Amino acid sequence: MVDQHIATYREEAGELLAELESSLLDLEESPDNSDLINRVFRVMHTIKGSGAMFGFDEIAAFTHEVETVFDLVRNGKMAVTKQLLDLTLKSRDHITALLSAGHGEVNRHEGDDIVAGLRQLVPQAETTMQKMDEPTAKVPPKVDSADAEQKTWRIRFRPNRELLLNGNNPVLLLNELRALGTCHVVAQFDNVPRLDTMVGEHCYLYWDIILTSSLGEEAIRDVFIFVEDDCEIKIELVDSSSLATDDQSYKKLGEILVERGDLLPVEVQKILNQQKRFGEMLVDQGVVTPEKVQSALIEQQHVKTVRQERAAPAPDAAASIRVPAERLDQLVNLVGEMVTVQAHLTQAANSLRDPTFINISEEVERLTNELRDTTLTIRMLPIGSTFSKFKRLVRDLSQELGKDIEMETFGADTELDKTVIEKMNDPLVHIIRNSIDHGIEMPEVRTAAGKPSIGKVQLGAEHFGDSVLITIRDDGAGLDRDAIRAKAVDNGLIAANAELSDSEIFAQIFTPGFSMAAKVTNVSGRGVGMDVVKRGIEGLRGSIAIDSLKGKGTTITLKIPLTLAIIESLLVKIGDSHFVLPLASVEECVELSRADVEAAHGRNLVKVRGNLTPYISLRELFDIGGSPPDIEQIVIVSVHGQSIGFVVDFVVGEHQTVIKPLGRFYQDVQGISGATIMGDGSVALILDLSVLAQTAELAEHNQL
Amino acid sequence: MGKLIMTADDSASVRQMVAFTLKQNGYDVIESVDGRNALTKLAAQKVDMLITDLNMPNLDGIGLIKGVRSGSLNKFIPIIMLTTESQDALKSEAKAAGATGWIVKPFKPEQLIAVIRKVLAR
Repeated sequence: MVDQHIATYREEAGELLAELESSLLDLEESPDNSDLINRVFRVMHTIKGSGAMFGFDEIAAFTHEVETVFDLVRNGKMAVTKQLLDLTLKSRDHITALLSAGHGEVNRHEGDDIVAGLRQLVPQAETTMQKMDEPTAKVPPKVDSADAEQKTWRIRFRPNRELLLNGNNPVLLLNELRALGTCHVVAQFDNVPRLDTMVGEHCYLYWDIILTSSLGEEAIRDVFIFVEDDCEIKIELVDSSSLATDDQSYKKLGEILVERGDLLPVEVQKILNQQKRFGEMLVDQGVVTPEKVQSALIEQQHVKTVRQERAAPAPDAAASIRVPAERLDQLVNLVGEMVTVQAHLTQAANSLRDPTFINISEEVERLTNELRDTTLTIRMLPIGSTFSKFKRLVRDLSQELGKDIEMETFGADTELDKTVIEKMNDPLVHIIRNSIDHGIEMPEVRTAAGKPSIGKVQLGAEHFGDSVLITIRDDGAGLDRDAIRAKAVDNGLIAANAELSDSEIFAQIFTPGFSMAAKVTNVSGRGVGMDVVKRGIEGLRGSIAIDSLKGKGTTITLKIPLTLAIIESLLVKIGDSHFVLPLASVEECVELSRADVEAAHGRNLVKVRGNLTPYISLRELFDIGGSPPDIEQIVIVSVHGQSIGFVVDFVVGEHQTVIKPLGRFYQDVQGISGATIMGDGSVALILDLSVLAQTAELAEHNQL
Repeated sequence: MGKLIMTADDSASVRQMVAFTLKQNGYDVIESVDGRNALTKLAAQKVDMLITDLNMPNLDGIGLIKGVRSGSLNKFIPIIMLTTESQDALKSEAKAAGATGWIVKPFKPEQLIAVIRKVLAR
C-alpha cells in the first residue's frame, strides 16, 4: 500500500512541477501578480509537505529552501527578479531529477549551488534559522515497568469558556488523564452562573485532578497540547515514590487548600479557633465551596492511599493464602445467620426501649454490617481471568471458521462473586460463539459492505448500582428483525399481525428450539441455545437484553447481581405470611382501594402515573385465606423493562435478605426463588418476579 | 457505528494516505480537494470531524475553518489541521479561527490516529 502512496506522490509532484513551470514563465511577464506568487508558494509547499510524508526527505529539505524564499516574496519582503526566476526554474529541474532518480544518482552539487544562490538573494535581516523539530501530538508512551518512579500530581484544569466552540471535548481530555494512572477527578461548579445568564455553548466547569502515574509532567502536558494556550493548566507535584518519607499520612486539609491558592492562611486560623470539623466549618462560613473542600479531601485520601500502598511490603507469598472454597461458603453462611440474629436483636432492643440495650444493639448492627461486607468481598474475584479464556475461544473459533476476529475487553478488574463468575461461564461461551458464527461475516463480505475486514468482538464488564453489566458487542451482520419475525410466526410463537417492538421481536430468539441458522455448523445452529442462556442468567437473578442494528452489529447486555448470598429487598406481608421482593426490580409502591378495583370492571389494571399497569393479586395467586384490608398496596416492579404490579396487604419495608435455598421437595416450585429467615425466626419466601409475571401472562391468555 | 470524517487537501497523495489510514481504523471518509469543495459538501452533510490542510487553492484551510464554525450543521465538530513545522504563525491564526488541534507533516499513520482519538469521542 505504501508503494501505491509513493506512486501517487510521484504522479502528483510531476503535475505540480508542470504547473510550477508555467506559473514561473507567466511570472516573468507580470512579476507583481500575487496570484501567481501564491501559486508558486503553494506548489512548493505541497511538494515539500507531501514529499516528507512519503520518505522523499531530500526533496523536502531542498524544496523547503525555495519555499522559504517565496514566503518572503509573498509577504512583500522580496521582489521577483530575473535572478530569482532563473534559480527557481533550475530548482524545478533539480526536483524533477530527484524525483525520478534513485538515491546517489543525482548531482548534489547542483542542488547545493541553487540553495547557496537562493540564500544570497535573501535580505540579511531575514536569514534567521528556522527551527525544524516541533513537538506534535505523540502516541502516548507505554507505562512499562512497575518499579518506575510513581509520582502524584495535582492538576487544575480551568478551560477557556469557549473551549467547546473549538470542537474540544474536556471529557476526552479527562479520560486521557485517567488512562495515565490512578486518577481522581472533582468538578468545580462555582463559576456556573444562574440559569438565566447562562450561555449554553460555554463551558463553565473546571476540574481538579489528582493523578498518580509513572509518567512525567511532559506526558500530562501532552494531554493538554491542543488547549494549553488558551486554558489555565496548573500541574504541581505533590508526592513521589522517590521521596524518602516513612510518613504514611499526608498534609492537613487546610494546608492543601492554602497551597492551591483557594484559601488564605489567615482564614485557616480564624476557622480553627472554632473547633468543629474543619471542612464543614469552611463551607459553613462560605469561605470555600463544598466542591473545593471535596477536591482537597480527595487529594488527601489519594496520596495517603498511594503512600500506604508504597509502605506496604511488596506482595510476596505471604500476602495471600489459599483457602478451600467450602470454608468461605461456610463463613458466608455464618455471617448470614448473624445478620438474621442481629435483626432479631434490633427488634427486641427497640421494643424494650432500654437505652443501654439499644446502644449495644446498634453497635452490633454496625459491626455485623461491616462483617457482612468484608465477608462478601472475600469471595469477590476479578472477572478478568474468565476474559482471557474467551480470548482463546475467539482465536480458535475464528480460525476454524476462516474469519478474522479481534477481541477487545474492558473492565477486567470488575469484581463479582466467585459462584456467579463460575455460573456465567456457559452463557458467555454461548453468546460469544453466536457472535462469531452468526454475527461476524466472512472477511470478503465485510470488505464488500465497506467494513474493516477484521471483525470486532468486545467483551466488557462495569458496575451498575448493585449489579454488574456484562456487555458482548460485535460489529457483525446484526439481527434480521424481519427474518426473526417470520420465523416466529412460522413456529406459531407470535400472531402474524401482532404489533411488536424491536426488543420484543429480538426476545423471540430466547424461545426454546428457536434457531436462525440455515445449516448446523460445528459451532452453533442446533436450536439449543439462547433459551439455555436466558435460563442460566435468570438463575443468577440476572436479566438479559438485546440491541441490534442490521448490518451494524449486535449488543447483548447481561445484568448480574454482585452477589448471590445477601440481597437488598422489600419485605411485604399478606395475611400472616411474609414475602420478599428483590429491591433492585422495585420501582414504586401505590395504594389500591376498593374503588379502584371496581372502576377497572373486573380487569386487573390500574392507572399509575397515567400508564395502565397490569397487576397480580398475590393473595389469589397463592390462595391465602382471610380477607384483604380495605386499602391494599401494589408494589410496582419492572420485569424485562415492563412494569407489573403485585398486590399485597402491607409493605413492611427494606430488608437485608440472606438467601437460603429451598429444600429438595420445593426446588421446582414456580415463582419462588428461595427463602429467608426473619428476625423472629419465621420464614419469608423470595418471589421470582419474572416467572410470576410470565405465569400471569399465560393465565390472562388462557382466559381470553 | 463508524464515525464519518471529512478530509480536505489539494495533495492527492496525502489525501489518499489519510483516507487509507482512516478506513483501516474503521472510520468512514469523505474526501474533498480544496476548501470551497469541502465547505459546499459540509453545508448539506453532517460529519463527525474534519481534517484539513491549510494551504489550498480556492479557499484555504483558515477560510474553511471559519466557514464551518459560522455554519450550523457542523458548527461544533472537532477540526484537525495538517501543518508543517514552518507554519507557526499560520497555526495560531487557524486556532483563533476555531481549529481544535493539529498534526505536523510529516506524520505517521499511528500519529494521525492518536490525534483523532484525542478529539473524537468513540
